[in-house]
Amino acid sequence: MGRRCSPILSAACGCSNQNPMLQYIARRLVSALPVLLGILFITFALARLLPGDPCRAALGERATDQVCDAFEKRYGLDKPIPIQFWIYFKDVLRGDLGMSFRQGRPTMEILVERLPTTIELAFAAMIFATLLGIPLGIISAYWRNSPIDVGTMLMANIGVSMPVFVLGLLLEYIFAIIFKDTPLWLPPSGRLSSGVTLPSLTETWGLVNVSPGLNSLLTFFSRLYIFNALITGNWKVLNDAFRHLILPAMAVGTIPLAIVARMTRSSILDVMGLDYIRTARAKGLRMPGVVLKHAFRNALLPIVTIIGLSLGGLLSGAVLTETVFNLPGVGRTMFESITARDYTVVQGFTLVIAVIYVTVNLIVDVLYAFLDPRIRLG
Amino acid sequence: MKNLGDVEGPARLETSAPSRLRSTIRTLLRNRSAVLGLTILSILTFVAIFAPFLTKYDPVKPLIGIEKVEKRAPPCIHLLGCPKDQPQHLFGIDGNVRDVFTRVLYGARLSLIIGFSTVTFAIVIGTILGLISGYLGGWVDNVIMRIMDVLLAFPSLLLAIAIVTVLGTGLINALIAIGIVSIPTYARVTRASVLLLKEMDFVTASRALGADHLSIMLRHILPNTLTPLIVYGTLGIATAILDAAALSFLGLGAQHPTPEWGLMVGQEYKNVFNAPHLTFFPGIALMLVVLSFNLLGDGLRDALDPRLARIRGG
Repeated sequence: MGRRCSPILSAACGCSNQNPMLQYIARRLVSALPVLLGILFITFALARLLPGDPCRAALGERATDQVCDAFEKRYGLDKPIPIQFWIYFKDVLRGDLGMSFRQGRPTMEILVERLPTTIELAFAAMIFATLLGIPLGIISAYWRNSPIDVGTMLMANIGVSMPVFVLGLLLEYIFAIIFKDTPLWLPPSGRLSSGVTLPSLTETWGLVNVSPGLNSLLTFFSRLYIFNALITGNWKVLNDAFRHLILPAMAVGTIPLAIVARMTRSSILDVMGLDYIRTARAKGLRMPGVVLKHAFRNALLPIVTIIGLSLGGLLSGAVLTETVFNLPGVGRTMFESITARDYTVVQGFTLVIAVIYVTVNLIVDVLYAFLDPRIRLG
Repeated sequence: MKNLGDVEGPARLETSAPSRLRSTIRTLLRNRSAVLGLTILSILTFVAIFAPFLTKYDPVKPLIGIEKVEKRAPPCIHLLGCPKDQPQHLFGIDGNVRDVFTRVLYGARLSLIIGFSTVTFAIVIGTILGLISGYLGGWVDNVIMRIMDVLLAFPSLLLAIAIVTVLGTGLINALIAIGIVSIPTYARVTRASVLLLKEMDFVTASRALGADHLSIMLRHILPNTLTPLIVYGTLGIATAILDAAALSFLGLGAQHPTPEWGLMVGQEYKNVFNAPHLTFFPGIALMLVVLSFNLLGDGLRDALDPRLARIRGG
């Protein structure tokens, strides 16, 4: 029987005592709150702990005391720390991540422009890792201890051990230099070839007088080039964007690919020893069918989890890959902001990435509970 | 004389420590990946220790005025047809006219130091936190674990970047950042073991005999939490080396002219099309050292604690 839902939770989420799934979601949401608050606190502390005072970090060493006094008053830096945290908290809830002092525009605006590149890269990498990792894991498990299995697992180990930036450079060299003038040639940097442009959705659909919120949303989706080209039927750009995405996606996706392959293999091997598999075999079912239909279905749970958990590595990998492949994503912007000492952007981007990470983990947990009743009832 | 509270744990009663060690080593040596990992690691350790005897060049000093070599010259190996009148440079020359082979050899030294020091730092702090958290429970446990949750909520490299931003760039600060980022893993692993151990009879017995908390934690619980820590520590060295190299690649870790592999790649990656050797040799060295720790970690996990095998999907 599920745990009783507290009156507060019932009121907040509308869950009833009869629905363990909703209770589980509510419990996970509530437990994520202190983590989110902690993330806010860390990103807040990050800006306060920076070497030198925030005013000179933002405006440069030459800022006069007078200018700094005005700056501190304007941003509430003359107030006690708890009040400052409260102001920061309110600003973040309103979606205000502060102004980038180097670019002279809101951090949120920069984020809306840069996040799509990283999301597109992360999705492509995950698709690459899953589509290749699961079959490799199944093959390895099926022919356990064969040369195929040993070879695949050794490659998986090398994949996990290869630094993302080295792999990226290696792929660039192979596909852009060695395969030059062959059909296998792939562009080594950027998101689109020079001369190829993709109009924003606002332009394509001829929208005028759109509200700022909708405009941001449309800018965001416009910069998901594959999505934009797909829904506007711009096949030439779609092909170009896709070709530009292959190498970075392979570079970021290799570590998750290796992890997914290993996880698939071990999950299937775990399940293969269970009674229901023996029964299926005893019924006279053929081995490939048993592995694919019976074993794989139950082995899918840990695989789903590992795919979700790989996201952290993926986001870390994106910082390096975007630098190597010259992609204007969140990772490269963060790196550029650090070198330019544009701390507001670093703070804002760190916050958003951590929130995305926590949210994805939350979704994975809920998905896991949805797939496995033992978790929500436990 | 022995203190009344000092009751030996069951693990230590059943088998003596040397025989457990012997059987672990035996199992480890039967494991193919562990043997491969150990072999690579032994070679790298040999290279790291004897680097000055394996090369005649200096890892930092440019060869200008010493030898007639060109900047970013490709590898020159006499056995592979490079003219005998040219000096032999197995991995070529870098952008500052230094022998890349020498820098890669010395880099092994730095890489191993980075891995061990970072993980030791993280294990010491993580274990203390995990012990306190698991043993005391209650609000102390809640506070420590929520802080660990928050640290785990950031992708590790991004948090390390953020910490380096605060501390300032440099290898030591990068190592501290990576160490801090790794603490939650060890704290969680230790806490999980402590939660199981503190309910066991031998702990209850020593408590009944009047042993104080500190003695129970250090003499009875801590020794029994070491197994998963050794496994996670070995795998953690691989991650620490990768993260340190990534920070150096981005210019936030080791600074010029340190022969650090990540930095070597970072300084030359824009020349990958005309001088690929400058990226690939340090890159491959990096991959090998990480691979050796990953293989050894997997082997250790299988030899020490088969229950852990599923976590990494080996």
